[in-house]
Amino acid sequence: MPSPKTRVPAVDGWFTLDDTAPALLGSKCTSCGTFAFPKETFFCRNPECQSTEFAETELSRTGTIWSYTDACYQPPPPYVAADPYLPFSIAAVELAAEQMVVMGQVVAGVTVDDLAVGTEVEMVLDTLYEDDENEYLVWKWRPTTATGSEEVSHA
Amino acid sequence: MPDDRRVAVLGAGMHPWGKWGRNFVEYGLAAAGDALSDAGLPWTDVQYVSGADTIRNGYPGFIAGATFAQALGWTGARVSSSYAACASGAQAVSNARAQILAGLCDVALVVGADTTPKGFFAPVGGDRKDDPDWLRFHLLGATNPTYFALYARRRMELFGATEADFAAVKVKNARHGLENPNARYRKEVTADEVLASPMVADPLRLLEICATSDGGAALVLTSLEFARRHAGSNPVVTIDAVSTVTPRYPQTVIEMPNFSTDSAATVSTPGPTFKQSVALAAYEEAGIGPEDIDLAEVYDLSSALELDWYEDIGLCKEGEAERLLRDGDTTIGGRVPVNPSGGLSCFGEAIPAQAIAQVCELVWQLRGQAAGRQVDGARVGITANQGLFGHGSSIIVAS
Repeated sequence: MPSPKTRVPAVDGWFTLDDTAPALLGSKCTSCGTFAFPKETFFCRNPECQSTEFAETELSRTGTIWSYTDACYQPPPPYVAADPYLPFSIAAVELAAEQMVVMGQVVAGVTVDDLAVGTEVEMVLDTLYEDDENEYLVWKWRPTTATGSEEVSHA
Repeated sequence: MPDDRRVAVLGAGMHPWGKWGRNFVEYGLAAAGDALSDAGLPWTDVQYVSGADTIRNGYPGFIAGATFAQALGWTGARVSSSYAACASGAQAVSNARAQILAGLCDVALVVGADTTPKGFFAPVGGDRKDDPDWLRFHLLGATNPTYFALYARRRMELFGATEADFAAVKVKNARHGLENPNARYRKEVTADEVLASPMVADPLRLLEICATSDGGAALVLTSLEFARRHAGSNPVVTIDAVSTVTPRYPQTVIEMPNFSTDSAATVSTPGPTFKQSVALAAYEEAGIGPEDIDLAEVYDLSSALELDWYEDIGLCKEGEAERLLRDGDTTIGGRVPVNPSGGLSCFGEAIPAQAIAQVCELVWQLRGQAAGRQVDGARVGITANQGLFGHGSSIIVAS
């Protein structure tokens, strides 16, 4: 019987690995308070701010869809596609507190027909791809009134 | 505007777009040869070579100015090479113009050419986990059409655009490009054919998304005084503005290849959007407004994106682009034809050549040489173009 795979993030430090309420990890400028995702580490993007100090901050776990689409054709590498390829949806989501839009795949089973501008979604962790040892996790958006498959959405 | 802020376009040349599979240098040389012959000047008269770079053809592509200069035969001309994603060609024009306006040279050659892979543009190879362009493919599977589709869907939601509107843009541009000898696709399509083509990134279909193409374009730019002495029978066509402005913080429209927008939580958003500001800066520099424009070449990376540009370059108010299209205003014969060349829809994209090709088309239109697609009485034209990583350009050409 195969041993269970290790769950590892597909990218380090972009999100928490909390089983129940994972969150994206952004930065907040300690001087002007502006947010950034992925985290800013060098210099504040606000042209009026000279700060180089940033606090890591968990971004809002829910937001509303700004726009959405899908990937009917398999994206080229370095995307690691399932074989056979399974089309997926992508959403750009507005976070109210941060006043920014963050993109992400939408969990499997949710098609563009299930989405609309303004749909409320929450961030979940899900499998991006797997190899023999590991299951690589990424953030995805899931409608809070989910029609997608429960098993895949919570990995 | 004062003459000392203008440069002349004495020559324009292109190698036809296609999927020829040959070395990009060959296309650049063909375009440069045509532009020089159009200008009536030998290569040895060129004092400054401004190349637009391609990043998918190895080192010669990164130093395109020198590559073309060597291929034409070293003459001791000064050189520069520009990379600005899809706006590379405009930056090459900008560099050449600056040299001329500064009085450092009289004759400059601008060249851009590309040989492209088939299918989606993919990031440059290697395992590059600190490059957002690599990461967006790896973590999101977000291709360029993903972003085009987000804008298209937003248009549908905000302004009531329909799939039929998007298809109508493609039908118009396909008709415009029918007689263009440099266009890759020269075939009429019907709205039904567009809407029957496979969905790529909902709501955009295969026939509505710009292909990747091989091609080359070149311009001979000179000082106005030099042009008046050498223009021959052609009217002198001038470049009156070159805008290559960056966005202003916070940039609140999601843009390739980013994962997020800037945050507007602590800094209020600037008035115009980035794409609007690109054209506004060009109008300001030329001292004219959208009401002075006779025709436009805009970056229709998708059919829907062309509609965004109508508003961003000020041809109509926000939300009115569909009406402009439906009324035939942007068709040749209408009030302000857009993409009379056929646009990216008929060309596909040869990245470093594309912004230069837009200027070539305006030059031919203003000289009355755009056989089969001529906009009658055209005097002033504008280009608009956008590339990833915060690049955009707009060039105003007048006769």
